Amino acid sequence: MKRILLVLAFLVLYILHQDFWFWRTAHPVVFGFIPIGLFYQACFSVAAAFFMWLLVKFAWPGHLEREIEAKERQEDAP
Amino acid sequence: MIPAIVVFLYLAAVLYIGIFAFRKAKGKEKAEDYFLASRSLGPFVFLFSLFGTNMTAFAILGSSGHAFSNGIVTFGLMASSSGLIIPLSIFLVGTRVWALGKKYGFMTPVQMFRDRWECGNIGTVIFAVQAVLLVPYIIIGIMGGGTTLSAISSGVVPFWFGGAIVAMVVMSYVFFGGMRGTAWVNTFQTVLFLLFGAVALIVIGTGMGGFRNAAQSMLSAPAFAPLMTRERISPLYFFSYTFIPLSAIAFPHILIFCLTARKMGQFKKTVIFYPICILAIWLPCVFLGVMANRVSDVPEIRAKQEARRVLATQGKNMAPEQRDELREQAAGDDVIMLLLKRYAPLWLAGLLGAGIMAAVMASDSQILALSTMFTEDVFAFYGGKRRFGERVQVQTGRIFIVLITLFAYAVALQAPETIFELAIQYAFSGFAALSPLLIAALFWRGSTKWGALASTVFVATAVVSVAIYQHVVPAPAPGPAIVSWAPGGLEVLTRTPGGTAVFGFMPVVPMVIISALLMIVFSLVTAKPKASTIARYFPKK
Repeated sequence: MKRILLVLAFLVLYILHQDFWFWRTAHPVVFGFIPIGLFYQACFSVAAAFFMWLLVKFAWPGHLEREIEAKERQEDAP
Repeated sequence: MIPAIVVFLYLAAVLYIGIFAFRKAKGKEKAEDYFLASRSLGPFVFLFSLFGTNMTAFAILGSSGHAFSNGIVTFGLMASSSGLIIPLSIFLVGTRVWALGKKYGFMTPVQMFRDRWECGNIGTVIFAVQAVLLVPYIIIGIMGGGTTLSAISSGVVPFWFGGAIVAMVVMSYVFFGGMRGTAWVNTFQTVLFLLFGAVALIVIGTGMGGFRNAAQSMLSAPAFAPLMTRERISPLYFFSYTFIPLSAIAFPHILIFCLTARKMGQFKKTVIFYPICILAIWLPCVFLGVMANRVSDVPEIRAKQEARRVLATQGKNMAPEQRDELREQAAGDDVIMLLLKRYAPLWLAGLLGAGIMAAVMASDSQILALSTMFTEDVFAFYGGKRRFGERVQVQTGRIFIVLITLFAYAVALQAPETIFELAIQYAFSGFAALSPLLIAALFWRGSTKWGALASTVFVATAVVSVAIYQHVVPAPAPGPAIVSWAPGGLEVLTRTPGGTAVFGFMPVVPMVIISALLMIVFSLVTAKPKASTIARYFPKK
């Protein structure tokens, strides 16, 4: 279930990246100098970082780590 | 000249760090130590050096230059899409390649492909295509160095000499320091650029009388207002561009870098903070690139705008060579440096120039990766290591570093393209289209060496075809594209002012799709590797 939700979250982010709704306008100009198209994409980057945190938290391939640790323990054993 | 002196001091510091790292290395004649820093990089160095490796002249000079001509669209086009795709690919592919490297001792992607698909010479074909595609990336670094030093010194240091200095410095610390030296230099450079990027934004903003004023004057000028929107780029082109960041994980230097982490946990911070690092570096570069259009008292910027205007209004009636010349004049790869010279005090301009230099010099990792690939995938694979030993292998790698740097420098002096175009047209599209190989090797039991060969040969052919097509059909003036093939009125192949379009998409889209299809089709109809080999990659849980 977690995996499906993460895949869905990725697809939503991917679609949100194609923000054609702000294509031909600079307004509103955020803080008086950042056009909305640029501000939106900057916020998108923060959302991408949050998505990465979710991935690391809920889909970390820990089995790979454990395999390596087990191999290293075997090698270190006398 | 003061800024140039500060930059030279910076270059000396970089050299010291690279060579100092070499002195600290233990077991320095071991290939794994020289090429992979003994797989021992800690979390801080791993994050910043991996990120720094990806932030090249293309990112800094190319992004501000692209924004100068095309507006704020540059950020969404290249930065935020990379902030989603690159960390995701590091998460999915990088961690798995790291684990396989630890398990089976791989030092290059081709070593993994050879083992995974039980192939020898097909691996050599993949090596050759990767190597040829990587060289333009190295050239970009040298061109960026030449452009930056020339701009900082107001032309006192000519382009050819600036490029030569950068090439020499990079070659020296890669030669002596190997991966450990390169990683520490990259970390130093990334931290420097993150710090100075913010300072540059504040200094230039203040000098312009505040960004609020600058933005309002841009919005009120009909010639510049479109740059505050994304109307200069089509939505199809924007969509196409999300395929380009697939190239990052397929670049051998990034994949080889993934092998240097001490523990897999070090990927966690890298994956989470990657989009934030991209935001911190690209947002100032893109914003300043756009705002440079509002600066009317810098003759060089006015000349660029005039060239752009002439190209747009009279370009249709000009010869292709004249249009190319105007395009070069209008290119904004040096606008950040021009802004610094105009608004920052001399000593600060030097420090900020050093910060830019830091990003420009990221070609070190590519040079080292190419050397690692040559010594492991060719020298060692064809018996050199067995016959001459590991010490000779490392020395061969060092000789290769010198030769490849000299070659890249020679090409950089001749290359007529802007930094941005050169990177996109060849290296990025090609590597993005090679990404299905990695996905298939790591996630699909049924993939075979013949599928890999079909994909690789197709990618090489497609890159060459695009290059030939663009050479034969010169870029039109800004405006409607040249339709080269339209069966039944459907526009299949068009030559656009910025490159080539296939069904309106950038060539990278069909290249990635066809490469993936070839991998699937050829793998389905050819023999699989032995079950024991597949079991090593897909163990039962």
